[in-house]
Amino acid sequence: MTDLLNILISESFWAASLRIATPLIFGVLGALLCERAGVLNLGIEGIFVVGAMCGWMAVWLGAGLWGGVLVAACAGAIFGLLHAILTVPLGLSQHVSGLGITLFATSASYFTYRTALPNVSSPPRIEPFQALDIPVLSDLPFLGPVLFQQTALTWLALLMVLLVWYVLQRTGLGVAIKAVGDNPDSVDAQGLSVYGLRMGAIVAGSALMALGGAFLTMSAFDAFFFGMVNGRGWVCIALVIFAGWQPGKALFGAVLFGAFDALQVRLQTEMGALVPGQIFLMAPYILSIIALVIAARSVDYPRALLTPWFKGQR
Amino acid sequence: MTPKTVLTLTGLSKRFGPVIANDDVSLTLHKGEVLALLGENGAGKTTLMNMLFGHYLPDAGRVEVADAQGILEPLPLGHPQAALAAGIGMVHQHFALAENINALDNITLGSEPLLALRRNRAAARARIEGIIARSGLKAPLDVPVGQLSVGERQRVEILKALYRDARILVLDEPTAVLTPQEADTLFSNIRAMVADGLSVIFISHKLREVLAFSDRIAVLRHGKKVGEMATTEADEAKIARMMVGADTPKVARDQIAAGAPVLSLTNVAVKGRSERESLEHVSLTVNAREIVGIAGISGNGQSGLARVIAGLTTPDAGTVAVDGAAIENPTPARMVEAGVGRIPEDRHHEGIVGAMSVAENMVIERLDDPDIQSMGLLRREAISENAARLATAYDVRGPGVGAPARLLSGGNIQKLILARVFERSPRLILANQPTRGLDMGAAAAVGQRLLEARARGAGIVLISEDLDEILGLADRIFVIRDGQLTQAPTTEREQIGLMMAGVAA
Repeated sequence: MTDLLNILISESFWAASLRIATPLIFGVLGALLCERAGVLNLGIEGIFVVGAMCGWMAVWLGAGLWGGVLVAACAGAIFGLLHAILTVPLGLSQHVSGLGITLFATSASYFTYRTALPNVSSPPRIEPFQALDIPVLSDLPFLGPVLFQQTALTWLALLMVLLVWYVLQRTGLGVAIKAVGDNPDSVDAQGLSVYGLRMGAIVAGSALMALGGAFLTMSAFDAFFFGMVNGRGWVCIALVIFAGWQPGKALFGAVLFGAFDALQVRLQTEMGALVPGQIFLMAPYILSIIALVIAARSVDYPRALLTPWFKGQR
Repeated sequence: MTPKTVLTLTGLSKRFGPVIANDDVSLTLHKGEVLALLGENGAGKTTLMNMLFGHYLPDAGRVEVADAQGILEPLPLGHPQAALAAGIGMVHQHFALAENINALDNITLGSEPLLALRRNRAAARARIEGIIARSGLKAPLDVPVGQLSVGERQRVEILKALYRDARILVLDEPTAVLTPQEADTLFSNIRAMVADGLSVIFISHKLREVLAFSDRIAVLRHGKKVGEMATTEADEAKIARMMVGADTPKVARDQIAAGAPVLSLTNVAVKGRSERESLEHVSLTVNAREIVGIAGISGNGQSGLARVIAGLTTPDAGTVAVDGAAIENPTPARMVEAGVGRIPEDRHHEGIVGAMSVAENMVIERLDDPDIQSMGLLRREAISENAARLATAYDVRGPGVGAPARLLSGGNIQKLILARVFERSPRLILANQPTRGLDMGAAAAVGQRLLEARARGAGIVLISEDLDEILGLADRIFVIRDGQLTQAPTTEREQIGLMMAGVAA
């Protein structure tokens, strides 16, 4: 028990939680933006892979780190645009289109990687983002290591939480996005474009998802592996519900999941001899399901989620 | 002095595939006038207004709208944005409101810049409050619209139009969802706005309110304009004749002495999943040869009452008895067996299986009947013969009894359900909103069938939001409000309206 307590008050545990949470923060914000506009984006898992591969490859080909980030976001946006065209003006099933995008985007990324590097056995490395070392702040006890020795992408993720919150709560655009996800007719009757708003939200949300992938290859690791996204996209889909479509709660949910994951790694080293490791690997997911069941009982879904809207049909 | 013209529609036509929705319709609207657009369901009223507002592109015809100086300008068709800019506001029957944002945001949506970093909410609020003060359209601005009452939501819809400087307001069946008192408030609000220079087109199929409230009446039938007159020259019979093309036979109702009780609910309480389904200590007796009308505003427990009588809900307390025999643990099958026939509220989903044929739908409640099946195999021929006979007797029209039931129109689906229910000669008939959405001819046929069943000896529970229907058919009237049932002491519509609103006992 004191072991557990020691873990929970250690700086490295919380620093790891935030690090693990970073790609989830990007992903859950992206999914939140799409769903607030009324469209489920199950392409998220594949868009993570695209972001991871494209960001890494851009840097490997000589673009700077921030160039890589930009390339990843654009690649995600392109796949988002595909999902948007299929689900918004064409009104196809959001589930089928999203799963199709995931399969397509994952395969396309692997194919591109293999074509570019046919004879490589160990993945080439890049020089990833380094931990920011902010004078004074980094030396603060506890907060220093937890907050101020993270990489720039973690800070970008936190900034995005603020940005998405501000847009949804304080701007006319945010009001329109929330309205189009609740009742598209309300937007149409006021002369705004339902298609434009929805497609825009999907494209922007997909770009955010791709940044989550890019974090994996450009900050958490320094290379691209097959299977490295490993279900993080699906976790984000669940976290959006946990968060009740609120950016602030999305941040909380992502950090909570990160903490579960960080805890399981540490418990594995402490107690690995007694309990099979797979139990610990399962733990974050089981705890997430429990948290989701508790939190999701009373959520208000965006009313128009999953419902296509067609111009001229009322 | 001739009144100034603010809107002309000239020769508008619209087809949906083979169906002609509007055929060469022309209308004129003057400043400060209330024009009622009257017609049966499917006469093309809403299609016409949707063309005006740019939701549909007409096949032929043109629209001219007066600009702020009063000069008529052609309106580009098919663009809601252009209609908004020209000062046309439309309040749809189904409100176009986002329920997760407040009234202020719904009103300002689309008229403020999307990309501005800060919204000027104070200025917007001041303007809206000014409009509220002038028009009397009171609505809370800061609560999510999902929490507002139907009347408040409608006021928000009208405020939306006025905020956009609408000079012409189109109201599509505005009173369909309101209590009589709320409707009166709405009419006095509109009178205030008309005095302020607004012009109103008002779609309805309720003769009473049209006569009471409009300045001029235009009647549509089968997509064509069949008449236009000043309201002062109109009378109910004359307009009804125009709407249906012939005099409507008033449903004749004989006085019959009621018989023994066929349905007894005693202190029935239901804790429903929502307030719509909850009942509190409801007692109700329905006798043979009697129609009991249940009046009330939608969502006050009607569906809970209907579910209990249909056997879909087991009451938490109290007893249900049919023909004097208490029904333990009621199920739909037990209630049907006990002699209950059901005409469900949602006829498309609960009344028929759309993918199955008309003939199959007609026998779906008596599949164990040896006439219909033997040794577990359906007797196709008997089913077809039965269907052909019923289709003739009940005037079910459509693409034939072998066709899927979903291809029938709403009125014919209802006739199919009537045929199925009445063929079993039920002791008790539950008719839940039996004429909602039907045109006058089909509605009259339904009323006639209910009266025939009454004469034959059935007891009937008629749940309806249409007070005129209840007043025309029922022997006794109850009002349902907040899950409680009260017998109406009078048949005066004003009094019953007050009871529906919960204003007086």
